[in-house]
Amino acid sequence: MRIENHPILEFKRGNEIKFYFDGEEIIGYEGDTVASALHAAGVRVLGESVFKHRPRGFYCAIGNCSSCLMTVNGESNVRTCITPLKEKMTVEIQKGKGEIL
Amino acid sequence: MKTTDIVIVGGGPAGLTAAISAASSGAEVTIFERSPQIGGQLIKQTHMFFGSEKQYASHRGFRIADYLLDELNKYKDKVKIYKNATVLGIYEDGVITVDLDGEYIKMLPKRIIVATGANEKIIPFPGNDLPGVYGAGAVQTLMNVYGVKPADKVLMVGAGNIGLIVSYQLMQAGVEVAAIITDLFITGYHVHASKIARMGVPILSGYTVKEIVGEEQVEKAIIAKIDKQWNIIEGTDIEYDVDAVCLSVGLSPLVELLGQANCELRFISELGGYVPIRNLDYRTTNENIFVAGDITGIEEASSAMVEGYIAGLTAAKDIACIHDDYENKISDYRNQLDGLRSGPHSGRLRQGIEKLMGGNK
Repeated sequence: MRIENHPILEFKRGNEIKFYFDGEEIIGYEGDTVASALHAAGVRVLGESVFKHRPRGFYCAIGNCSSCLMTVNGESNVRTCITPLKEKMTVEIQKGKGEIL
Repeated sequence: MKTTDIVIVGGGPAGLTAAISAASSGAEVTIFERSPQIGGQLIKQTHMFFGSEKQYASHRGFRIADYLLDELNKYKDKVKIYKNATVLGIYEDGVITVDLDGEYIKMLPKRIIVATGANEKIIPFPGNDLPGVYGAGAVQTLMNVYGVKPADKVLMVGAGNIGLIVSYQLMQAGVEVAAIITDLFITGYHVHASKIARMGVPILSGYTVKEIVGEEQVEKAIIAKIDKQWNIIEGTDIEYDVDAVCLSVGLSPLVELLGQANCELRFISELGGYVPIRNLDYRTTNENIFVAGDITGIEEASSAMVEGYIAGLTAAKDIACIHDDYENKISDYRNQLDGLRSGPHSGRLRQGIEKLMGGNK
């Protein structure tokens, strides 16, 4: 969900950006990261652990902890919390360690 | 091979002031910042800073990032800033490698200032890996930078300044804070704690997280009292129906690049973990590498900025770019640091620095 009213900050959202999460079309905004756009759309489970397949969400949001790794435009292990959202991106939940290109 | 005088790793408060110092000394500077924005953690700080006027006290953090960028802009012929640029390695021959927006580049700078900051710690409890268990700083980023509501109702773990301030900011963003818990006592400023208590949020001391319950994500938090040996006391459970749990349980310096570059590190718990051995000029044991900010030990943005100013001056001087007013500036910055670290809240920090530096503070 987006914050609309804030006592200090004014959020100037950019243009709408259409992208795909596991095939489903989602709208984010210019200035979003992949993870922020997904979270705003109610998607908090971004992946699963390699061995026990437990759900994973983001943790640090500064590109450090690897908890938000997803497959983006076919590339595995993308840190979605610091990856700017772009038009027509395909974002997928990654199974296992992902392919090395 | 691309070259430059000084590469700065990290575009937060320390990296930006280091760049201002180095560029104003006449050095060419390149900043690599892995995030899509410059300013590090300043850009999500909506509260007014404490400290002294020289570090912009009573200004809101995100404004300070703008002031620093405006200042840096005066030297724009000398400064290159790259966002979405993750430094991957610093090699024995001094070459650094960077993932620049998907492109792999190499560069050979004369000196490197590492100002990578810190990483949020996590504590062990069942369910701590569930989506919805977030670093407090992460939640701050989500709501204050991206304008996304992180949850409807949150349990905050930790009552240091970050825990207290982020709790207040959560409420400003329309999120309910069920409670703030801390294992020992409130370690943040009491002015923040009182403000939150007045808003009706309970702050519970002597509690820890027993378990976070949820199928796919956080659905419920169970906390319990702990005894003096940190064991859970049975029968003291309190349950909260929350959809997120924020951890503000400390930070640790991001020293991986320094370790790889053969800078000697030492574990000092008062400073947050492994920190580089450094001298008063903020030079590490690798003579071409300098450091500034939280990587040298966890402190406030105000001291990070002053350390950045020092490291920028000293690294530039090393390659014969000497600031006109070098001596005065260095001694002023050292005095500012002493001042910032002199308060009653900085006892542990002073102990840590004493352990690191011995007599050479």
